[in-house]
Amino acid sequence: MTIPDINQLKQIALELRRLTLKIIFQAGSGHPGGSFSATDLMTALFFGGILNYDSSNPNDPKRDSFVLSKGHVTGIYYSVLAKAGYISESDLDSYRKINSPKFLSGHPHPKTPGIEIASGSLGQGLSVGHGIALGKKLDGYNSKVYVILGDGELHEGQIWEAAMSADKFKSNNLIAIVDYNKVAQDNITKDLKDLEPIEDKWRSFNWDVHRVDGHNMEAIINVLKLPLHPIKPRVIIADTIKGKGVSFMEGKTAWHGVAPSPEDYDKALKELV
Amino acid sequence: MKEGATRDAYGQALLEMGNDQRIVVLDAGVSDSSRSKKFGDKYPERFFNVGIAEADMVCTAAGLATTGKIAFATGFACFLLGRTMDQILVSVAYSNTNVKLVGTHTGLAVGEDGPTAQMIVDIAYMRAIPNMIVVQPADWEETVQATRALAEYEGPAYFRLGRPKIKGIFDSTYKFEIGKGRVVKKGSDLVIFATGIMVQESLLALEILAEEGINVSLVNISTLKPIDRDIIIEMASSHKFIITAEDHNCIGGLGDAVGEVLLDAQISKPFKRIAVKDRFAETGTGAELFEKYGLSANHISLAVKDSLK
Repeated sequence: MTIPDINQLKQIALELRRLTLKIIFQAGSGHPGGSFSATDLMTALFFGGILNYDSSNPNDPKRDSFVLSKGHVTGIYYSVLAKAGYISESDLDSYRKINSPKFLSGHPHPKTPGIEIASGSLGQGLSVGHGIALGKKLDGYNSKVYVILGDGELHEGQIWEAAMSADKFKSNNLIAIVDYNKVAQDNITKDLKDLEPIEDKWRSFNWDVHRVDGHNMEAIINVLKLPLHPIKPRVIIADTIKGKGVSFMEGKTAWHGVAPSPEDYDKALKELV
Repeated sequence: MKEGATRDAYGQALLEMGNDQRIVVLDAGVSDSSRSKKFGDKYPERFFNVGIAEADMVCTAAGLATTGKIAFATGFACFLLGRTMDQILVSVAYSNTNVKLVGTHTGLAVGEDGPTAQMIVDIAYMRAIPNMIVVQPADWEETVQATRALAEYEGPAYFRLGRPKIKGIFDSTYKFEIGKGRVVKKGSDLVIFATGIMVQESLLALEILAEEGINVSLVNISTLKPIDRDIIIEMASSHKFIITAEDHNCIGGLGDAVGEVLLDAQISKPFKRIAVKDRFAETGTGAELFEKYGLSANHISLAVKDSLK
């Protein structure tokens, strides 16, 4: 399979934003803001030739693993899984619905093909990802583990427990990506509890720190393609915009966890072209 | 019959199972006391001591389990469970990962460190969680067999261990099975259902009672969930009085678990619960605390006599 080029990846990201908004609109609830800030990152991971996976063999022990630690953004996650072939697009009709055949719950669960672990309670995914990274190394595989963290999630103390552990065990196959959209549910992250100096924090935990514009597809691909650090786990601080792609959602706490009205849905789709 | 602390038996069992490449052991900075260090010294590549970070340990164990490992996450029960209920709920129980949570230093038996180190609510916590099974062995032999059985069992489990030395109760002909209770002594009129260290304490009570010509039955309930309904119904039906005995709070533990079975089966008989009476204890030796807080052999024998009179 040929890997899509940058323009094709941008097109995929656009389609994924439209699909995400559609399923959140149909479900009547969900998290568009944080889905859209993570869309370009997840597009690059899954479709830019970064994550090594085979959706027809989701349990392949040699696979790279992906953990969505900010588990509430299933709008984009399930859209990506459908696009990647783990589930079908028609499965998405049961998003957030009772008796959902692929268990498309509001928050992720491993009953859905392609999902490694349940998430949705913030702060756990980096430890889980680290456990997977340790397991891959024990098995002698060169597999990598990518974990997407929310920025507000960095308030959770467990993130820093995991950061210390991954340093201790020299887990250089663990790559964390911080979706730094600067907006949490309650407030802008800076006012809720400021994360700065965010790079220094990770650096002082002995991580290999990189920074990228989380909506510049070429830059994202380039940073994700960097060879692994010989001993350090890697964190990529991705500067993103909550609600990216829909002008009236961008940077707004109000769009953290609500579905659009029919009018807003139409308005948004007109922008996502 | 081998005597020793259940934590020691666990450490020994892990060491003996170490050739199984699927087994990984984690600890949160107490490996010397929890005895997981024995495994760690021999198999350092499969031993992950994450430091004093229980939440991280539980989720790291869950991640390892998703790669096909059998993950034993070990720590002092107070902190292993007390700090990680959310991690256990989401990354272990709900995700149904093959993680064995091994809590040592349980109950008032821990002694002098006081209530911050005396875990008396863990059975209640863990029984309430879907997908979770709960096992508490009574002696060395049962601990060794249960450690092996838990490794073979696919799914989340809580393994409740203790610090004090326990006299041997079972010999090598004993066969531990998850979900099965075992009659330890057969008597008449009254049956004691006991778990963990309270099996030994009940045996001491039985000795006191035997001197007075009283012979009652004793059942070891080592799996608290799923509990052995059959043996509870059978023994409760064939005796007039029932006592439960546990080194745990009186809410949510063995007493409640047995009571639930009896209620469901519509068995109504005089029923006493030997347990911590919904309060925090204090410092003191384990033996002193057992005496003061109503868990000692003396208290058990008094409860038996009070029932029978």
